[in-house]
Amino acid sequence: MALETTALRAAWLEPGTPTAAAVEGRATIFEMTQAAEEAVLRPQDAGPWSHALRAALAARIARLNDETALAERYAEGAGEYAALADPAQDGTAHGLAAVTGFMDKVAAKTREVGAEDIAGLQAAGVADADIVRLAELNAFLAYQLRVVAGLRLMQGTGA
Amino acid sequence: MSKVVTKFTRTVPHWQPRVTPVDLAEATQEQLDALKVTPSNTKVSDYVLTLAHDVESLKVRSPLFNAIMYDKGGMSRAERELGALGASMVNHCIYCAAVHAMRHAQLEKSTEVTDNLFRDGAKADLGPRDRSIFDFAVALSETPSQAGPEHMEALKAAGLDEAEILDLILSASLFGWANRLMHVLGDPVRLAEPAK
Repeated sequence: MALETTALRAAWLEPGTPTAAAVEGRATIFEMTQAAEEAVLRPQDAGPWSHALRAALAARIARLNDETALAERYAEGAGEYAALADPAQDGTAHGLAAVTGFMDKVAAKTREVGAEDIAGLQAAGVADADIVRLAELNAFLAYQLRVVAGLRLMQGTGA
Repeated sequence: MSKVVTKFTRTVPHWQPRVTPVDLAEATQEQLDALKVTPSNTKVSDYVLTLAHDVESLKVRSPLFNAIMYDKGGMSRAERELGALGASMVNHCIYCAAVHAMRHAQLEKSTEVTDNLFRDGAKADLGPRDRSIFDFAVALSETPSQAGPEHMEALKAAGLDEAEILDLILSASLFGWANRLMHVLGDPVRLAEPAK
């Protein structure tokens, strides 16, 4: 099929199915979803968060959501940060404990996030612009992981 | 003094950033382009100015958001708002819940559904179609793996077709995104009444 995106590949979308027909009807949304993935995982201006670190954090968030297939795919780009893809690692070894703690909480305990979590990153020396970058990466992944899970359920191939 | 809003409401609060938004006077050309700032349009919300710190994301996010919530066909706009509301209630994003409960009430010309949800929570009395939509949005929002075949069967039994189910997946998922910006990067507040 014409659409080649991370979400559709991860959802094992089969051509010719009713689900594929519905997806075709929203083709622009899937194209824009892929553009959004580029913007958070491989931005031109990455700030202090390298593409490798972003890949590792993406794999970590996928694992926190029991999404192992997508986690493995993201982890391929994680390079020197590969260990961070494992949620059991707390980030201390990379000097990123504040960042990984924040990302885990935003990903999996969203409702508990409060002003103190932002203050904690600021106290750890993370600039405001770079806090927004972390939130955008996290937020996009929450979206994409759910789209993938939903598409699998539509096709009856949910885990 | 402003007071942080902690309970669900349809009265949209003011959003107060926890980080310093981009200063328009110091914005780069790329940020101004993404913010669509022109000499005749210089009003930009603190929320959008906050997101302008990550301008590459902001540029792609706004058209994607609009397409998922407003593109023609598929699920009705009110039902997409219900999907957004389910996610926002799970994530306790007071601001998002207020905006999308208000839009749902406007589109339906009725506050009944959102009154019930805000008063009684997830167990509120809903019609079978709204119930299946809300339950699916809640399960997908909690953790994707909580949504199961039983949710999909309930949606189909309530009469949703494939295009509508896809739109529900997209709108509920989109608020997994929006909630993690709104609820994380700022506080919903009531500004004090000016002294009389």
